[in-house]
Amino acid sequence: MPLVKNARIATDLFVHVADGAELPGDGDVLVSAQRLLDDPETLLKRPGKVGVVWPNNRAVDDLVPHLNRLAAVALVFPSFRDGRAYSQARLLRERHGYDGELRATGQVLRDQFVFMVRAGFDAFDVKKDADADAFAETVKRYSVFYQPTGDGRVAAFNRRMQLRHSESAGQ
Amino acid sequence: MYAYDELDRTLINERVSEFRDQVKRRLSGELTEDEFKMLRLQNGVYLQLHAYMFRVAIPYGTLSSKQLRRLAHVGRRYDRGYGHFTTRQNIQFNWIKLSDLPDALADLADVGIHAMQTSGNNMRNVTSDQWAGVAPGEVEDPRIWSEILRQHTTLHPEFSFLPRKFKIAITASEHDRAAIKVHDIGLRLHKNADGETGFEVLVGGGLGRTPFIGKTIKPFVLGRDILSYVEAILRVYNQYGRRDNIYKARIKILVHELGIEKFSREVDEEWKQMDGGGLTLDHSVVEEVRSRFSYPPYEKLPHMPDELKQAAADPLFERWRKNSVAPHKVQGYSIVTLSLKPVGGPPGDATADQMDAVADLADKYSFGEIRVGHEQNLALPHVAKRDLPKLWRALDRLGLATPNVNLVTDIIACPGLDYCSLANARSIPIAQELTRRFANHDTAEMIGRLHINISGCINACGHHHVGHIGILGVEKNGEEFYQITIGGRADEHAQMGELIGPAVPYAEVADVIEDIVEAYLALRDRPGELFVDTVKRLGVEPFKERVYATR
Repeated sequence: MPLVKNARIATDLFVHVADGAELPGDGDVLVSAQRLLDDPETLLKRPGKVGVVWPNNRAVDDLVPHLNRLAAVALVFPSFRDGRAYSQARLLRERHGYDGELRATGQVLRDQFVFMVRAGFDAFDVKKDADADAFAETVKRYSVFYQPTGDGRVAAFNRRMQLRHSESAGQ
Repeated sequence: MYAYDELDRTLINERVSEFRDQVKRRLSGELTEDEFKMLRLQNGVYLQLHAYMFRVAIPYGTLSSKQLRRLAHVGRRYDRGYGHFTTRQNIQFNWIKLSDLPDALADLADVGIHAMQTSGNNMRNVTSDQWAGVAPGEVEDPRIWSEILRQHTTLHPEFSFLPRKFKIAITASEHDRAAIKVHDIGLRLHKNADGETGFEVLVGGGLGRTPFIGKTIKPFVLGRDILSYVEAILRVYNQYGRRDNIYKARIKILVHELGIEKFSREVDEEWKQMDGGGLTLDHSVVEEVRSRFSYPPYEKLPHMPDELKQAAADPLFERWRKNSVAPHKVQGYSIVTLSLKPVGGPPGDATADQMDAVADLADKYSFGEIRVGHEQNLALPHVAKRDLPKLWRALDRLGLATPNVNLVTDIIACPGLDYCSLANARSIPIAQELTRRFANHDTAEMIGRLHINISGCINACGHHHVGHIGILGVEKNGEEFYQITIGGRADEHAQMGELIGPAVPYAEVADVIEDIVEAYLALRDRPGELFVDTVKRLGVEPFKERVYATR
């Protein structure tokens, strides 16, 4: 699965370490939520960055105490129909101020990119090569957004007020 | 009417272009049917028994004449010359080609109509009172808030892949014409003791295989907080709603399993953390939306014009007027309901020619505006009383003046087995047969207000649970049977109907309904007692006895 980061195809620097497998001496690792919670100190003491794969049926509250020491959080879309990770992403970004890599994994298709970007994802384990290639073009599909979210784009309600303001200022 | 601005138009056009690309990828095989399914559903496209079915949103039931003409055009150009108005302020086209869909959507987008989220596991078309803005005594026009919610719920980045579909309905009148108690979220606009406008919020109502009446989760949420409160409910539902079993995935099950107290604590907890955030609606934002609703330049007209006095001599006109014309908040005007329930016709169907003609009549007599109600009828919301006789004659020529609104032949019915791949039994032929049985207007008038609702399967698109008489098609050993419930209602006193006994075969349904109606006529305590009130007073037993004694 190609990784898209900063809107282009990138090399995944994180090594996925299975539960029970030995940790490499250095380098960046991605571990399960259980592994992180079982022994965060050992993990976070070693050289190299740590990322966690957080399941979509576990409240992110348990992750919050470790957030500022994590370099990546991967949220899971077990099927494209299961949208729980969108809520988790927004909570991490907007409520808990997480500013590290937020990665979408699982059934990640181009038709979800806009929703994912708006929810706060900035890295994507894309299922199909063609979708990864189309990323830059696909995320530009919409120029109007109705809801304010943490991605910083001005929602339509507020944009209209701004437009009215500038119109009246120009008169 | 609400006028879309450049932003709204841009978004709809961007959506059409996205869907055009998705259809292209499906046709080339780049997208599998499984992947495409979710995408087409989000654009209102179902794969039905015979063809693709295309469901178009009519937000809060308001249409301009231009928009209605465009719907007629879509029916004529891409379908078989008609459309079907549904119980959810939508119109469906039943015979459309996948490859034509992007063009049909583009034609609709031209006049500010879309099909976004008319299906799929997301927030559906927000529905409201079809008399919004014209009903006397309304707190304020609920469409302002419907439109705010329509925008907020469209392409929502967090809630486009919910456990199941999600429906919001709003009313601002004491008499609930939006059936808010049987929606996932029902909102009742009212004023608190300080004169502030806000909402009673109900949650967890719904029909289908597990029907529930919605429960009040908050008696009063200020207008400025309604988006954050709805968002808090949705966020709790998105995270904790069941996804293992689609039959248990609706919010009503979550509310039922947790209990309304626990559910409401979860929502409050979430809401507290959102307080004061970006979702709080500025007064100016609400006023900006309000300013884009325009109202007709009503004239100062007499309450009882001469034209109406003269026409009163014609008993046929009077019959129609009493039945189809409702009071308007402005003196000298009326709200006119156009029955889409002619004797022997499929409920809710309109031909493209009828739609064009109604659009012309709306231009002539109703400031170019049309409404669509969940009873599958249309309405002209601003008709000067002096024009009623002329309008009646024109409607009569079009077959749209059947004087049966709210009477026994004003039947709500889903498309049933004739169209729908989910159905177990036919609905339309049952409705047609019943309209023939009760075609005599004098009998129907004597019976009074009586709502028959028919669904061809347990999914309850025909809202059978809340019909005064509900008819539910089921399948037994390959044959069509029908369960009959009585005593349901969808208004402010909403409740589910009660089963009267074993299901009856197709051929007996009309007889059974006649028996029930005859029993009611014998049992009611006075001519004015509604069927549903008689059932409430006496329970189902006497009706059951009448129906099954001889069967």
